[in-house]
Amino acid sequence: MLGSDLTVILPEIILAVYAMLALIGAVYTIKDGAASMLVWITSALFLAVAVWIGLNGAGTNVAFNGMFVDDGFARFSKVVILVSAAAVLLMSEGYMARRGLLKFEYPLLIALAVVGMMMMVSAGDLMALYMGVELQSLSLYVVAALRRDSLKSTEAGLKYFVLGALSSGLLLYGASLVYGYSGTTLFSGIIQTASEGQVSLGLLFGLVFLISGLAFKVSAVPFHMWTPDVYEGSPTPVTAFFATAPKVAAMALFARVLHDAFGDAVRDWSQVIALLSVLSMFLGAIAAIGQRDIKRLMAFSSIAHMGYALMGLAAGTAFGVQAMLIYMAIYVTMNVGTFAFILSMSRDGQPVSNIGSLNMYSKREPGKALAMLVLLFSLAGVPPLVGFFGKLYVLRAAYEAGLAWLAIAGVIASVIGAFYYLRIVFYMYFGEERDDALDKGRSPILYGMLMASAIIMVAGVVNLFGIESVAAAAAATLVE
Amino acid sequence: METLILFSPLVGAILCGFGWKFIGETAAMWVATGLLFFACVLSWIVFLTHDGVTETINILRWIESGTLSTEWAIRLDRLTAIMLIVVTTVSALVHLYSFGYMDHDPQWKEGESYKPRFFAYLSFFTFAMLMLVTSDNLVQMFFGWEGVGVASYLLIGFYYRKPSANAAAIKAFVVNRVGDFGFALGIFALFFLVDSIRFDDIFAAAPTLAETQLTFLWTEWNAANLIAFLLFIGAMGKSAQLFLHTWLPDAMEGPTPVSALIHAATMVTAGVFLVCRMSPLMEFAPEAMAFVTFLGASTAFFAATVGLVQNDIKRVIAYSTCSQLGYMFVAAGVGVYSVAMFHLFTHAFFKAMLFLGAGSVIHAMHHEQDMRNYGGLRKKIPYTFWAMMIGTLAITGVGIPLTGWIGFAGFASKDAVIESAYAAGPMGYAFWMLVIAALFTSFYSWRLMFLTFYGKPRGDKHTHEHAHESPKVMLIPLGVLAIGSIFAGAIWYSSFFGKTNEVVKFFGGAYGEPTAELVEQVAERSPKASELHYVMESAPGEAAIYIAPENTILHEAHYVPTWVKLSPFIAMLIGLGTAYVFYIRDPSIPKRLAENQRPLYQFLLNKWYFDEIYDFLFVQPAKSLGNLLWKRGDGNVIDGSINGVAMGFIPMLTRLAGRAQSGYIFTYAFFMVIGIAALITWMTLSGGVE
Repeated sequence: MLGSDLTVILPEIILAVYAMLALIGAVYTIKDGAASMLVWITSALFLAVAVWIGLNGAGTNVAFNGMFVDDGFARFSKVVILVSAAAVLLMSEGYMARRGLLKFEYPLLIALAVVGMMMMVSAGDLMALYMGVELQSLSLYVVAALRRDSLKSTEAGLKYFVLGALSSGLLLYGASLVYGYSGTTLFSGIIQTASEGQVSLGLLFGLVFLISGLAFKVSAVPFHMWTPDVYEGSPTPVTAFFATAPKVAAMALFARVLHDAFGDAVRDWSQVIALLSVLSMFLGAIAAIGQRDIKRLMAFSSIAHMGYALMGLAAGTAFGVQAMLIYMAIYVTMNVGTFAFILSMSRDGQPVSNIGSLNMYSKREPGKALAMLVLLFSLAGVPPLVGFFGKLYVLRAAYEAGLAWLAIAGVIASVIGAFYYLRIVFYMYFGEERDDALDKGRSPILYGMLMASAIIMVAGVVNLFGIESVAAAAAATLVE
Repeated sequence: METLILFSPLVGAILCGFGWKFIGETAAMWVATGLLFFACVLSWIVFLTHDGVTETINILRWIESGTLSTEWAIRLDRLTAIMLIVVTTVSALVHLYSFGYMDHDPQWKEGESYKPRFFAYLSFFTFAMLMLVTSDNLVQMFFGWEGVGVASYLLIGFYYRKPSANAAAIKAFVVNRVGDFGFALGIFALFFLVDSIRFDDIFAAAPTLAETQLTFLWTEWNAANLIAFLLFIGAMGKSAQLFLHTWLPDAMEGPTPVSALIHAATMVTAGVFLVCRMSPLMEFAPEAMAFVTFLGASTAFFAATVGLVQNDIKRVIAYSTCSQLGYMFVAAGVGVYSVAMFHLFTHAFFKAMLFLGAGSVIHAMHHEQDMRNYGGLRKKIPYTFWAMMIGTLAITGVGIPLTGWIGFAGFASKDAVIESAYAAGPMGYAFWMLVIAALFTSFYSWRLMFLTFYGKPRGDKHTHEHAHESPKVMLIPLGVLAIGSIFAGAIWYSSFFGKTNEVVKFFGGAYGEPTAELVEQVAERSPKASELHYVMESAPGEAAIYIAPENTILHEAHYVPTWVKLSPFIAMLIGLGTAYVFYIRDPSIPKRLAENQRPLYQFLLNKWYFDEIYDFLFVQPAKSLGNLLWKRGDGNVIDGSINGVAMGFIPMLTRLAGRAQSGYIFTYAFFMVIGIAALITWMTLSGGVE
């Protein structure tokens, strides 16, 4: 019995054991000297596990009496998480090394956070959920404050920690309410309570608290306020990481809780999610207009994007989940490329994040400027780039679920949001000539990631690389 | 062979328009012209060997959508064959003529290349026109219809540096849209009722349509009448009939070869062709046909009156065209489609020649077009003079009266129209309008001749001294057309306006005995025409045209009273005599008359004030509506609100959002708590309490 359970969570065990062994090994041997090697090993391991999960996994496997679920949905999310984490990790090496930030703990903390995320997306029980969330969060608190000699970085870490603790409190309170009213922490048990006629008000309270706790993780309005500060304060590679894998994990967990535990109360939570969605879309679009710092701008951008992903969720249908998964996969791809660009922005070796520094960038580096233009258009959802199809899916999902008003609001918000993406394009192509030019980027990894991401945005319009059917299959395992 | 005829102009247009940079200007022009002559020769072969039986030649499957299924096919019958020779002959000659006329055009600077473009447009026009006349269904026809519209637009505006030419091109296009709207509605109605747009299906369904009612606008209509009327609206636009005629005189802004090809011989006759092509339907729409007759007669009269006082040589001929088109519509309207086609056929020759002759005069006079500055050109440009003379004899209808056919081309066909009009309505409106119009036609045609070629030279002395005969490439087409203008009427008289059996046979139908009842009716109506031997027996659509057995106008037209047969000839003589007195004997009369009858003169000179009325009724209101929507609607409301939102409201929200982002942890926590409190409250109030 235990043996089969362990087989199911073997990927997580391997990663966790690797992280702990490497930690001990590095501490007792060459410490930071091993950092660069560890980055490469960790990335390779991520990719290997991703391939393994992606190719080998089949069917729905339940372990530990339903606390851990390994199904198509979980596998899809895990592959996206692992691949994006590996990509960000690879991108960060050069940046961190040049600025003396490349500590050997960094890749290992990321590895532990990834284990937490994998736990999250596979959670079949409130306890497992909390375990995954905390493992991820605690690792991230530390990496946010990685630059200990920077006021901003420590401030970011502290803010994230305090507010994260608050959200964990909300989550736990919600979990206890749910447990109190349903008598079980297993999702499969909760859904039975919910399906027996009416959902009790207490259970709904618990649900709202759970939603709030998770909304903090995906930085949905009004639980988003940590995002800009943390994004700005953290070292840029960490920001890139924040913007990608954890968002996928939290969004997947969101979907799992809502459908696995409250799948029969769709009408009750759908309106809450729709509200969060519309608020996030509009705040993300409007507040970003005032930003001059590209990292803060990306923070608001990710808030807006989470609003769109939530729109898919708000539909409460299998198609909605499919749309959300496609959206998240596209979002992560775009963000990897965009952050590859941001990481390469520097002047005299110092990182720069002011968008004013991009004036007439197209003259100096036309290739990178063009790639960035494609990414920004895609982020804004301009057809025919891939980003447009992501939006199209969630809009369709919302419309088909009878949430036409939400879809219309989403379109309006995306029009407003297009402004700040296009402003960057404007600076790059039509801005004024300035003499404080940015350094020429030399990192082949960053260049490669940027170009690959941009090419995917263009080439993907053919069939989205077949992700549609994969996501549909994944969504089908979650919502029958 | 028909496919070759259809596509060689297209190939010519493409090679000439896009290929001239590779093969050179002159070579490109010769390619286009050569292909056109090739098509012309083939067309004559087709026409002369055609046995009248309708053939369909499929080219490709064109549209498949629901129940709409259409081939792109050539429908070859007598109508098509006639149009093929008209179009390709005139077009080939005009191509040749353009070598001379378009050479050293003062509109272009030295070294600028414009001729290949001109030839490409001409060839493209020819292709579109052939598409129109060979079409097998209404959509294909509409395609050609719009194609010639585009070509006409491009060619009227060919001198695009002249604002007036651009305005004229736009006017032609817009006015034609009005007609096309009617045409399109007609096609929709046919598809709605017949569920097909193929001619065969439509013609077969025509008798049923006559008994169908169709709701349109505010009331019920007889379907056949309504559709015939709507289609005729389209024909009115293309053929410049009254109310939609205003574009044709302005279209003279285009180069003269264009006027000859498009605005005299071919495109403007497309409307007549449409009515004849739809004859199986028209025969079941008596009210619509009455309207066609009425409008055709009115146009013939109106345009002739305006033509009396115009001074621009091309405008005179343009109004003359308009007037002659009215004749054709009268013929079609009273049900003698063969006569309409007859006049179309002869008119193509003499009108193209008049235009090309006028072009030759203009060419000789260094692009002077005002006839008041001509005079005495007979000696300077003798060949042109003789060509114009033949054209004038043809259009005024000179021939030996009462023989019917011995005379110039226009004599045979025009008299046939007038006799048919009389047979359809003795002493009726159409008949008298046409006779008066014939008088006016004679007057303005001779006026043109006298002002241009006789009398003393007027205007710029220098220009007159340098007046020279046109080159051979321009004179040869004139010669060819002159032959047509002289003989076309006599040769094909019996085919178009002979005995009923001859005509029916020519158009590929079967004839048979009339019922005794019908013979009695005819005898009662016109005793002289009692010997009715034959009527058409083919069902609608079997032959190129359809003449209902009850329709005996073709027969009766031969038996009208002698004075009726003489009337056009007399009208012609009066016109000639008056013109002679006015412009040769005593050239001061016109001036005095104009002063005595000032209001009438102004009325005619200003073309009955149609342009002014339209300007007031349509153009100005449309302009002010456009201005309103543009300045108020678009400028203030749309731009204003969008600018307001984009530059005022959203930035305000941005500032608010920025302020909320204070950087203090307690603010953030506070928002979270407020958020969850709001969510809980909302959930309790909306979802939880049910």
